[in-house]
This record gives sequence, structure tokens and C-alpha cells, in this order.
Amino acid sequence: MTPPEGQTASPDAPATCIHCGLPVPRGLYDPDAEHQFCCNGCRGAYELIHSCGLDRFYAVRDESDAEPARAVGRDYDEFDDDAFRRLYCRQLDEKHWATELVLEGVHCAACLWLIERLPRVCPGVIEARLDIARSTVTVVWDDTAVPLSRVAHTLDTLGYPPHPARSVRARDLRRKENRTALIRVAVSGALAGNVMLLAIALYGGMFGGIEHAHETLFRYLSAALGLLALLWPGRVFFTGAIAATRARAWSLDLPIALGLTVGGITGLVNTVRGTGEIYFDSITMLVFLLLVGRAFQRRQQAAAADSVELLYALTPRRARRVEGETTREVPIEAVCVADLLEVRPDEVVPADGVVETGDSSIDASMLTGESRPEPIGPGEAITAGSVNLASTIRVRTTAVGEGTRVGKLMRTIEQLSSARPPVLHAEDRIAGWFVTAVLVLAAATFAIWAPRSLPEAATHAMTLLIVTCPCALGLATPLAATVAVGRAARRGILVKGGDVLERLTTSGTIVLDKTGTVTEGRFTLARWCSDEACKPLVRALEEHSTHPVGRALRDTLPDGPEPDRVERLPGEGVEGRFGETSVFVGSPAAAAARFGEPPSELADALARAQNDALTPVLVAVDGRVVALAALGDRVRDDICGAIEGLRAHGWSVRIASGDDPSVVAAVARDVGIDDAEGALTPEGKLALVEQLAVVGPVVMVGDGVNDAAALARATVGIAVHGGAEASLAAADVYLNRAGLAPVVELLDGARRTVRTIHTALGVSLVYNAGAASFAMAGLIHPLAAAILMPISSATVLALAVHRRSFGAGP
Amino acid sequence: MSVLYLVIPLALILAGLALWAFIRAVRSGQMDDLDSPALRVLHDDEEFTGKDRD
Repeated sequence: MTPPEGQTASPDAPATCIHCGLPVPRGLYDPDAEHQFCCNGCRGAYELIHSCGLDRFYAVRDESDAEPARAVGRDYDEFDDDAFRRLYCRQLDEKHWATELVLEGVHCAACLWLIERLPRVCPGVIEARLDIARSTVTVVWDDTAVPLSRVAHTLDTLGYPPHPARSVRARDLRRKENRTALIRVAVSGALAGNVMLLAIALYGGMFGGIEHAHETLFRYLSAALGLLALLWPGRVFFTGAIAATRARAWSLDLPIALGLTVGGITGLVNTVRGTGEIYFDSITMLVFLLLVGRAFQRRQQAAAADSVELLYALTPRRARRVEGETTREVPIEAVCVADLLEVRPDEVVPADGVVETGDSSIDASMLTGESRPEPIGPGEAITAGSVNLASTIRVRTTAVGEGTRVGKLMRTIEQLSSARPPVLHAEDRIAGWFVTAVLVLAAATFAIWAPRSLPEAATHAMTLLIVTCPCALGLATPLAATVAVGRAARRGILVKGGDVLERLTTSGTIVLDKTGTVTEGRFTLARWCSDEACKPLVRALEEHSTHPVGRALRDTLPDGPEPDRVERLPGEGVEGRFGETSVFVGSPAAAAARFGEPPSELADALARAQNDALTPVLVAVDGRVVALAALGDRVRDDICGAIEGLRAHGWSVRIASGDDPSVVAAVARDVGIDDAEGALTPEGKLALVEQLAVVGPVVMVGDGVNDAAALARATVGIAVHGGAEASLAAADVYLNRAGLAPVVELLDGARRTVRTIHTALGVSLVYNAGAASFAMAGLIHPLAAAILMPISSATVLALAVHRRSFGAGP
Repeated sequence: MSVLYLVIPLALILAGLALWAFIRAVRSGQMDDLDSPALRVLHDDEEFTGKDRD
């Protein structure tokens, strides 16, 4: 078959990559080659796919969806480790094993097609089934034929780097609950449908006449099916109500269970008596609708939990252990105290320890909030979770797993999360006095009618209980919240539960973490003063630098010419020559020693940069200082607008950071926040949140491990994009988009959702009040009640679903 | 109209059978993943024959 593209390339129109369809960079274009590739990842993936005869991949995929293969090229050694097996794999029989792997880069039907053909690409794999919604593949392989690391490596080459799927047990439990819920919906739906058919015949008989024998048959059948609905799928309401009564709490299950009991008994009595309304059509329908609402809610929450778990899976869980002369990748669980670990640049330190060899600088911003890189050398302690920036170091571990600082913090978070008092939902509060009111009214009705006729009094009281059934009340809130949570997820806001939205409606204090939340969390070029022309030269000099300053400059400046000579001056900077031009980039002190004081304009800029707690670097060309680069953690672009948005919602905004107070003060000044605290420990942040929580609701927004405890304690904890694993675990909301704009959107959406819920509740209460008074007056005909009930429910449901919550514009 | 005594139980038995089949499907995990099978069905019948290798 013919590959779809990448064939007709001329030097004028750049060729496109045959694997991903992106333009091929000039430097990689090979006029003699049959196919062109944009990168080595795509080349590897294409060659593997082609050699296995799977070129159909390119025909079945949607081309607009194509993405470059993002192979990591690792060996995945740790996948063969015993500790890994114990944790993530299960043995099926003597030689067959199964595991679940979370894949990156899965996005379309063609990915599914390709991944499920893994047995052909990697002999020894028996089966591969992909769950595309969760990006998780279940692999069954023959352990005698192929090691799991090879399977993982093959997936990686295809462009889907695999990660072990964690918390499988929690998901299995959730899956089981989902199945039970689905079965309940199905059973109640089938019963409701059949009872409805019988009810239509009975109602028809009321107008057109019906043989007595048939009527009796239909009534008994309805009773049988109705009781089945109550005792099988409807049992959840009774168990829920009993549990709530034991805990002395009001739950919506209580009025529902009460209504069902009363309706069921009345219906049964009337069936046996042969006269009066039997209510089983309403009861079964009520059970069905309520269960559907709950199933929706469950599905939505499971989806949010799945997305967060996906993010967990992507955090690395391996370490590189030094074993004699070589290093081997092992799962993090296999690391012991006193192991020697190698940590390469850009890797996360996997355990607490002491540096044995190597000089480097580390970014501990996730742990401490400190935005400036810290130098580190032999003999110094290093904590798990910090990122190695400059060069490879070897670390002798002193604590692993739960014993590390991060591990201890995670335990605190678990305790805090489980200790958080349960929130009383609006619907539960209303349910409390709703059921009381209905009972009082029913008693009153009975009392009013009793002197006239006892059976009639009973009928009217029962009619009241049935007609005021809390169907709309039970469905409106979960449905509106579910719809809102689903819409929010599509806009990159993952909400872990519908009740979070309710907690966000009363304004209070928003506490922002600085590093990574208000700022970008990276050491980068914040300001450039004066001469623009030397930017490419500076970049060229820093091309191979491992110093954090050099890396920051390299990442932001434009490409430059190749220097003729480069000389590094430790502690001072770097110097180089481009033909006749000599260029120096270095610290202000070194520049002053060489070239004297900088010109006044730059001297001002230098003073300003130092005042703003930025790290200044001077650039001199041919012995003259011409430019100043100020480096620091840059404030996010959209932050001022977002803070205004938060204030417009009535929240007061403050900053709590673990960073140096001078840096925090400078950033707070920049974004116009008066209350800012620096140098806070994780415990300090927690204390601040606790202290603010006394006054009103506190929303904590953060990304680091040091924020996690505060996130767990706050009324609502929001973890921002790119946050640490601990913050993901602790937060109620996770933002999948960078910046603070989603927070404003979340507050907007929450407010709108709760308004919708209140409207729906209001409508249903008004309806119920009206229906109750008619019932008390004895004016309601059972037929009218049967028609009114679904209409009211439909109105409320339409309201709940239709009203926009998220993504409705301004 | 006495045919009702035969037809209604029959209908209920049929409904029960359908319900039993659905419950079995749920318990065997067919409803766990509702997204992937929809995509899988697009490609399943075009199995590898060795001919599309160029």
C-alpha cells in the first residue's frame, strides 16, 4: 500500500514526516531517502510498524490527529524487577503473566488498532487490550518468551511510553460498584417499564371499562413487580436510610425510603382490598429515576478519579541503582537504605540521602517553594522530590518510601483528608425539614378528615405522601452537579466530587502559593535590558552550559552562530570569541572587576533587578557592558486578570510561600497583593489555613509537596497544572490548564451550578407545596397525581441539565 | 380475552430473560469500557493477510 504522504518533497516545499505529518526540519531532509522523518522517534516508530507489516496504521488513522512519536528510548529494566512484579503484575499460569500499563500518547482509533496488534510486533505477547478512555492497556505475555521490559520498550518505540498502573485495587473496587449500580438501574428500569404497561391498561380501563378479573390480574401483577423493585434495586434506599438514622444524620435516603414504604404498603393493602389506588407505577418509576441519577453521578466521579490517577501514573517511580561498575533501573519500591543511587540531570531525586560524588544544583521548589536553584556538593543532604539540574550526582540513601520527608507529609495528608468533617449538602438539609413537614401535613390531613370518614382520611393522607414524593429533589441536585463536573472536565478542570462546587459558593479567602502558581515555577529570563543584538551571541556561549543561569538563558534566547572559542570562568561566568568580537557573560561583580562600573542606564536596571530579588547577569561585548539579563521565576502572564476575577467574586487574595521573603514581597508587589508571607514551612502553611478557616471558607491553590497539607485542610484545595503528586492526592480540584484563569472559571461555574440547583429545588418545593395543599383538601384525583408527578420531575430535570454552568462565556 | 393469562406471563418471562442476559453481560465486564469497543469494531474485520506489506 502507498504511504499517504512524505513522498513528493522538493526543497521549496519542505517534506512532511511520514509518521506524524509534521514538516521535516531542513537539517534532517535527505533527498535520497525513500521516506522523510521529523525526528528519530518517528523514524523508529515507522521502521517498527513497517517491518511488522502494519502500514495499515497510516490508512486507518485520522491524519489531523497524527502526533510525532514521543519515544523515550529507555530500557525499562525496572519492569523485570521482582519488586515491580509483586506490585503491578499477576501470574495467570505457569508462564503467563498479566499487567496493566498506562500509556502516554494514546489519542485515536488508529492507536487502538496499533496497540492491540502488539502480539505481532512483539512475539511473546499473547494479548493486548486497550481501554482508550483511561489510556490503559492490559497486556498478557509469555514470560518464558519475552521479558516485560522488551514489551515496554516496544510500546515506547511505537511512541507510547508505558508506565505501571497504580491503585489498581481501588479501581477494581470502583469497577465492581459500577457494575452493581448498572445492574440495579437495569432491573429497576425493566420493572418500571413493565409496571407502566400494566398501569396504562388499568388507566385505560378507568375510562373504557375493564373486566373485573383482568383488573385484578393486572393489579396483582403490578404489586408483584413493584415489590420486587422495592426489595431488589430499591433496597439501597432502605439500607441508606437505616445507616443515616443510626448516625443521627439527615440523608435524602430517609424521605425516599419513607415514601417508598408508605406507598408500597398502601398499594399492597389496596391490591388485596380490590379498591383504591395502588401506586406501584409511581414507585417503580421513582426507584428507576433515582438510581439513574445516582449512576450518572458515580460515573462522572469515577471519570474524574481516573484522570487524576492517570496523572499519578506519569510521575516516575524508578531509581537508578549503582551496582558495582554499572547502574540498573529498579522500581522505587526496591530501593533500600544505604543504596547508592545515580541521579542524572533533570531527574527527580527518588529518596532522601547524602550526596556522595558530584557537584550540581538542585531545584527544591516543589518541596520548599524556594524558586532559586541551590548548589549542592558531596556530603550535603538531599531530599526526595527535588530535581537535579546540572550534572550527574550519586546519592547514598538515608531514608526511603514512608520514611522520607515526602512520605511523612503524605501520611499527614491522609490523616487530614479523612478527618475533614463531612459537608452537609443543601439537598440533605432540605430533605431534613422536607420529610418533617410532609409527615406533619399527613398527620394533619388525617386529623382533619378522620371525623368524617376514617378510610377517606387514610386515603387522603396517603395521597399526600405519594404526591409529594421527593423525586425531583433527589434527582435535581446530583444531575446538575454531574452535568457541571462533566463540563468542567472538558475545560481542563477536574473536580473530584460534586459537593466541591457547593463549598465554593460562599466567598472567603484564597491563599495562593507563589512558586509554580503565581509564577511559572522555573528559573528563567525575566527581564532583558538594553542591547538586543547580542542575544544570539549569549545563547551561543551558553549552548553547552549546565549552570542554571546558562540553561535559563539558553531556553529563552534565539539561536546564534557557533563561537570560535569558549572559556568557562567558575564562579564568574563565561567568555568567548566570535571572530574579532569577544563576549563576556557573567555576574555583576565579575563584570565590574573587568570592565568597571556599567553605564548609568544599566546600573539603574541592575539596582531594580536586585530590588526585585532577581538574579542579574551582565553582558559585555568587546570590553563594554551592553546589556543586562535579570533571571528569576517569572510571574505568569494572566495572573493580574485572574486575581481581579477572584476579587470580583468577593474573595480576598493572599500569598503564602516557602520562598525567601524578599522574593515573595517583590512578586506580591508585582501582582498587587498586600497580604504576602514568605519563608513558610509546610506546617506554617497548614497553620495559616487553619487560622483563616476559623473566619470563613479558605481555598488553597498550590502545586508543591509543601502545599499538600494546606490543600488537604482547606475548604477546597486546588492543585494547579504541573503540580507534585502529593498535591494531586491532597487537592479536591486539579487544573489541567496552566495559569489561574481556570480558578476563576471554577468559581463562576460553581456559583452558576449551585444557582441551578437552588432553582430546581425551588420549583420542586413549590410543586410539592401546591400538590400537598390539594391533597389535604382531598381534591387530587389519583389519575391527576399520576400525570402531575412525571411532569414536575421532567421540568426539574430539564432545568438541571439545560442551565449552563461551565464554558458559558463570561 | 383469556389469552391474556398466557401472553402476559410469557411477556414477563421474555423480559426476565433479557434482563438475565444483560446482568450476565455486566458481570462479565462487557460494560466496563464503553469507548474502546466502538473504535475496535471499525478495524476488526480487516485482519492482517500479509498482502499489505509493500
